[in-house]
Amino acid sequence: MTTVDRGPVGHGRMLRKEDRRFVRGRGKFLDDIALPGMLHLAVLRSPVAHARIVSVDTLAAEAHPKVKAVVTGAMLEERGLAWMPTLSGDRQAVLATDKVRFQGQEVAFVVAEDRYSARDALELIDVEYDVLPPVVDARRALDPDAPLIRDDVAGKADNHCFDWETGDAAATAAVFDRAEVVVRQEMVFPRVHPAPLETCGAVADYDRVEEKLVLWATTQAPHAHRTLYSMFAGIPEHRIRVISPDIGGGFGNKVPIYPGYVCAIVGSMLTGRPVKWTEDRTENLIASGFARDYVMQGEIAATRDGRILALRSHVLADHGAFNGTAAPRKFPGGFFGVFTGSYDIEAAYCSMTAVHTNKAPGGVAYACSFRIAEAVYLVERMVDLLADELGVDPVELRLRNFIRSDQFPYTSRTGWVYDSGDYATTMQEALRIAGYDELRAEQAARREHAGDGQSLMGIGVSFFTEAVGAGPRKDMDMLGLGMADGCELRVHPTGSAVLRISVQTQGQGHETTFAQLVAEELGIHPENVDVVHGDTDNTPYGLGTYGSRSTPVSGAAAVIASRRVREKARLIAAGMLEVAPEDLEWTKDSSGGRFDVRGVPDSGVTIEQVAMRAHGAGDLPEGVEGGLDAQVSYNPDSLTYPYGAYICVVDIDPGTAVVKVRRFIAVDDCGTRINEMIVEGQIHGGLTDGVGMALMQFIGYDEHGNCLGGSLMDYLIPTAKEVPDWETGMTVTPSPHHPIGAKGVGESATVGSPPAVVNAVIDALAPYGVRHADMPLTPSRVWEAMQGRATPPQ
Amino acid sequence: MQVPAPIEYERATSVEHAIGLLTRLGDEARLIAGGHSLLPMMKLRLANPEYLIDINDLHGQLSYIDIGATRVRIGAMTRHRELLESVALAEVCPIFRDAERVIADPPVRNRGTLGGALCQADPSEDLSSVCTTLDASCVIRGRDGERVVSMDDFHRGPYETAVRHDEMLIEVRIPMRPHGSSAYAKVDRRAGDWAVAAAGAALWLDEHGTIADARVGLAAVGPNTTGIPAISEALRGRAPGEDAWTEAAAIAEAACRPVTDSRGSADYKRHLAGELTRRTLRTAWERVVAWR
Ligand SMILES: Cc1cc2nc3c(=O)[nH]c(=O)nc-3n(C[C@H](O)[C@H](O)[C@H](O)COP(=O)(O)OP(=O)(O)OC[C@H]3O[C@@H](n4cnc5c(N)ncnc54)[C@H](O)[C@@H]3O)c2cc1C
Repeated sequence: MTTVDRGPVGHGRMLRKEDRRFVRGRGKFLDDIALPGMLHLAVLRSPVAHARIVSVDTLAAEAHPKVKAVVTGAMLEERGLAWMPTLSGDRQAVLATDKVRFQGQEVAFVVAEDRYSARDALELIDVEYDVLPPVVDARRALDPDAPLIRDDVAGKADNHCFDWETGDAAATAAVFDRAEVVVRQEMVFPRVHPAPLETCGAVADYDRVEEKLVLWATTQAPHAHRTLYSMFAGIPEHRIRVISPDIGGGFGNKVPIYPGYVCAIVGSMLTGRPVKWTEDRTENLIASGFARDYVMQGEIAATRDGRILALRSHVLADHGAFNGTAAPRKFPGGFFGVFTGSYDIEAAYCSMTAVHTNKAPGGVAYACSFRIAEAVYLVERMVDLLADELGVDPVELRLRNFIRSDQFPYTSRTGWVYDSGDYATTMQEALRIAGYDELRAEQAARREHAGDGQSLMGIGVSFFTEAVGAGPRKDMDMLGLGMADGCELRVHPTGSAVLRISVQTQGQGHETTFAQLVAEELGIHPENVDVVHGDTDNTPYGLGTYGSRSTPVSGAAAVIASRRVREKARLIAAGMLEVAPEDLEWTKDSSGGRFDVRGVPDSGVTIEQVAMRAHGAGDLPEGVEGGLDAQVSYNPDSLTYPYGAYICVVDIDPGTAVVKVRRFIAVDDCGTRINEMIVEGQIHGGLTDGVGMALMQFIGYDEHGNCLGGSLMDYLIPTAKEVPDWETGMTVTPSPHHPIGAKGVGESATVGSPPAVVNAVIDALAPYGVRHADMPLTPSRVWEAMQGRATPPQ
Repeated sequence: MQVPAPIEYERATSVEHAIGLLTRLGDEARLIAGGHSLLPMMKLRLANPEYLIDINDLHGQLSYIDIGATRVRIGAMTRHRELLESVALAEVCPIFRDAERVIADPPVRNRGTLGGALCQADPSEDLSSVCTTLDASCVIRGRDGERVVSMDDFHRGPYETAVRHDEMLIEVRIPMRPHGSSAYAKVDRRAGDWAVAAAGAALWLDEHGTIADARVGLAAVGPNTTGIPAISEALRGRAPGEDAWTEAAAIAEAACRPVTDSRGSADYKRHLAGELTRRTLRTAWERVVAWR
């Protein structure tokens, strides 16, 4: 006999509603969109990293029988469209006019009748380049003789992008001066790429009669994109509709506006026909938003007996040719300021210098929680280095220095107000699952028999705290747009509902969790709550999904809207039952939600009955309008601070230096869990990302600025073979300021896992005297470290 | 989606038909077998043939693993998966199964062929070094009949073989000798990745348990996968054991010519050439002993 599990009426484990279409191959992704008369666009990209454009000859391409338009930077310049704003207030060339500044930069585009002809015609465009020396190494970007990249900016004489600092330099210096122990280490978080399975693309359909643009695009932030297109292209905002269909992975890669989207719009305006553009894999990897690329100097000060006193860092940030990162305006270094981690310390200071290089723009991507991935990596490596220096167990050192549960809300030395936490309990839970003491005993035994074919066993720990859910409008905006998110809930007469949200799922399962949020508050089965998202004409305004902000921000809006509806339902129910609203008791069980007269079970009405009354005939109480709807725009008071304890066990083959991840234990505390299954899925994915970054992923460049990571044969994504069976656990410490205490979890594992893996590898290599080695810890790089010559990635 | 340049396409119905088409269409024509090397290059427009001659309809005819007393014959269209799953082949040449377990991934193995692998002649190709290790020879057919060349002569350099543009590889022949076995080991950065370095070893013992002959073939550590005669010379007549493997490893390290790239440093690859030589010789020997 089979039973159909309809899932809970509210929070709890249930299968994802959206998977019905995904597992049947019925998802509708950008590339599934085909409009009558649709043309195809292909982009010609620069083969070199830095060059002056001498000439662009498009005659032969235009003569191709299937080509409808060929557009160059010079043509866009005539229309004032050659440059577009980036999300961080810089500008980026849509098509290069003067120079190309990174390999893969957009130079021209072709619109043709089919994808093949568009691509063929690219080979008929003849571009003459006057090749210039490139800046590839961020460390050399500010050398006096470094070639100038951004000569498009008047008065710019060097490759400096911005400076930023946080914390108290003087107080920190004072602590360092008197500290008994100081440990320093330079470490690189290399450039990586989120590499979503679906690359970026757009279908632009400009109706010349209605003067309306409909743009289907792979965007995580459809509303923000609409506003930017309006501001930049001068199309009135109500004449732009952005639709984000099903998205095959985003991870931050689909936050920025890319030149390709703009080209598709221009192409449609020029031809009067719908135009589709989709990147191929190489284009996505070499030219769209990368992540990380930080060279970090870390310093940690402590007492001999293991009390951490202060942290200091200097970061050299490579932002590529244009500052195309996406971070709240006042936070050019993202949320790197939480680099003090989970520890109660006396002082902290960070300074950051960002530079331009001849590499692709980007920066905030790959589930980094606005650079917290980099911050966590720094502090968790530094704590391990300190443990090594002091000769104490890295777990013990962390336990000694955690912010205590009675210190929350805790204001960090860099001004972040951590909402809630009980770090020691979470750490203990991870130790319990791992069997930490037995693992250390096994390691000691193996080391004793080193040489008899024993693998080098390493145990790595990381404890991360994230700050997610950007953000309060007093502190956070992007290009002047506040980081609030909206939601609109309508309950239909028969008691089903539609929830329209401003955030955009890319695999996180919003259609399920948001339905569960409504279900929990209103007692309407999640199956009966439809979640609409990704269409700016049909959803309220908001800034989209990234930085783990959907549940903290839009999720809060959904809860508040549901509660408003419930309060209105109470008034209507009171009228129906002819009692005072206060005399009604709300209950919810597996059959749904209902109001009963207090103390008299089954005396009342169900939410469905109330819905029918709200829309139906019959009187409503004095002052109550018909309908059962609510609309909310949620401005968070503060951020939420999910955290977790991760333990990784590796075995390294001493002969080949191949690292095998034996076990990985992840205990996450993301506050209240709406759907544990989805939370676990997010964690599994993030841990895989983390293993990928730690062991194999790397976007490298040669000395000419050629990107060496331009295919999935070169840029390696881990498979099921490289990862263990994940061992997950949880503790639940609700956020005090979120309406249901949820904190967000989309990026936790990606942020928290790389240092656990690296710490494990370094721990395994301790007998070789290795203190540090940079990611990616490929066999070759591990072997070099064992030979005593670990080098930063090139 | 990455799209290749325009091509014309024809399916060959027989070996003669394929060779006839190659002859008529000239060197702008290419055979396509599994397509797992050629198609990626075409999509990246690194290869731009004008004509593709599809030989997949010849699979029935050219896919076989025929195990005889003195030699094994394998058809050029035998797919990776067929090599992986052949129990009979694993019994006489376990090196094939060792290698196939770490070549690419199931979709690639379902289509890619032995002939395609050898004709691609990628210096990192695993089956080329397997065939080198086994002292295989290749049967090449042209308009005027067949010729048989040794692996050393087959490999002309990276991506270059003895097969002329109007010829086709038909079969690979492996000599069988008594009291022998073989093994393969590869280090990659991730499952399905090409080798950082790989080594194959084959070993034969005489009736006293002394090494009668031994061969080693390396992949990804030089411009091609030719064998290392010095190892064979050093091991012939010696007692099997760690000393012998260590000496062979040292010869392998000295003989290879790796370059630094994103898969690893030259020093590391050189180290691996030695380490994997040692390991595969040891495994091959253990297998001979176990088999007896
Ligand atoms: C993702 C991926 C991972 C891979 N990993 C590995 C790996 O780890 N190790 C490894 O060794 N290989 C690997 N490969 C290569 C794979 O094994 C290929 O299948 C194989 O190299 C080529 O076989 P094919 O039948 O697909 O050849 P095709 O691509 O069809 O042809 C390759 C070349 O050989 C020619 N050719 C084919 N058959 C004949 C014939 N009978 N006579 C004359 N010329 C012929 C073609 O004209 C072409 O030039 C990988 C490939 C992919 C796509």
